[in-house]
Amino acid sequence: MASPHDRKYLQTHEWHKPEDGLVTIGLSKFAVDELTDITYVDVAKTQGPIKAGESFGEIESVKATSDMYCGIDGVIVEVNQLVIDDPSIINQDPFERGWLIKVEPTDTAQLDAMMTAAKYDQENH
Amino acid sequence: MQRTPFYKFHSQHGARFVDFAGWEMPIMYRSIIEEHRQVRTAGGLFDVSHMGRLKISGRDARRLLERTLTRRISDMKQGACRYSLVCNEQGGVLDDVLVYRFEYHWLLVVNASNREKILAHLHAHVGDWAVKIEDQTLSTAMVALQGPRVMDQIARFSTEVPNLRRYSFCIKKLLALEMTISRTGYTGEDGVEVILPSLMAGMAIKLLLREDPDSQNSVSIQPAGLGARDTLRMEAGMPLYGHELDEATDPISAGLLFAVSLDKDDPTFIGQEALKKIAQDGPARRLIGLKLDGRRTARQGASVYIGDSHVGNVTSGCLSPTLGFPIVMAYIEADRLDTDATASVEISSKRVDAQVTALPFYKRP
Repeated sequence: MASPHDRKYLQTHEWHKPEDGLVTIGLSKFAVDELTDITYVDVAKTQGPIKAGESFGEIESVKATSDMYCGIDGVIVEVNQLVIDDPSIINQDPFERGWLIKVEPTDTAQLDAMMTAAKYDQENH
Repeated sequence: MQRTPFYKFHSQHGARFVDFAGWEMPIMYRSIIEEHRQVRTAGGLFDVSHMGRLKISGRDARRLLERTLTRRISDMKQGACRYSLVCNEQGGVLDDVLVYRFEYHWLLVVNASNREKILAHLHAHVGDWAVKIEDQTLSTAMVALQGPRVMDQIARFSTEVPNLRRYSFCIKKLLALEMTISRTGYTGEDGVEVILPSLMAGMAIKLLLREDPDSQNSVSIQPAGLGARDTLRMEAGMPLYGHELDEATDPISAGLLFAVSLDKDDPTFIGQEALKKIAQDGPARRLIGLKLDGRRTARQGASVYIGDSHVGNVTSGCLSPTLGFPIVMAYIEADRLDTDATASVEISSKRVDAQVTALPFYKRP
């Protein structure tokens, strides 16, 4: 399945979607499928400043635990409580309902340095 | 990478594959948790063809096995299976195996990752004995059918199999198919493991999964992957080589004394002296179960504390799909068990409280 083109991607599989002045961050379907059933989401920082390359939390599946990274400087303004209460939503709908955090960016130009959907899918298939 | 005769079957059922000890194996088809529940509530079919199958025959086959297996096998009757360990001189575990007693030969089922090592170990101890060792891993296939409804399914084509006792087996001829069917498994459920010729694999799987037109529930047995096999065996408190068992770990620490015959003398087994001493002195470490607070899972290597002292490490862990809370197995210093202090496990630099609990975590009703 092709990843959506309305957003950019990190090597570490987080998608970054700009909308209404914020950047929504989640995990790609490829990454979610690799993790298998997700059992726990821990967003360590629920609010406040974050830097590009910083981990904003951890995700656990039946098989493994992984860090999740933010690709942009800014301030975390919202966390998706829905997926914290029911992490399986990330398996069901990683690109929409399964989003993780929203960041108010300080420099949206940082998105330009991230991968396009086409490039991301080329590297992960 | 090696593929089993069921590779096409897995692909057709949407399997996601992983490299497991050089074999391309299905980790899951739809969801590990769903497949886990399928096994606990109805039935699952696992491809375990990657496990090594070694045929041991010849006049001195029995002696070679007594020498290399920790558990006595001379008293086994034809049609019996027994769980045993293979140890080094220090009592460290080289592998955990299942031994089958046939009329004129024996069969060892060994872990995929240890097959070459065990073959070499057996050859190294043959000496002057008349023993033939044949690796039948590639010429045969093996599946495990596990779950509360498996025996009903099998009863449709065999009256003998559902009457097998635990850890016994029979040879079943069906059309051109000869299968070895044992009432054994690695999930904590009732069920069987079936060994059959590789060439018959496609035909056999159709037969085993054939639907009963009279059945109320449409599907009683579904394919399940190695992911579910791992979480099922954890709930059942069963050790996995590379996690609870390795060459630096003895079977007594692992709680497997039942599979060690310390009084063997015809001949003695490799590691017997070392294990006698450990049994007399008591092991330094013990395998325990821990139930964790919260929802987070500890992974292999995580530190275990009692009070403020670091007392051991986690060997396996998962969020138990059946019980709904995180479970881990861990080795801890044996003399730290008798204390009222709280146990805890370190996850992401935080301590999570834990309760020591007896293994297994789950027993079938």
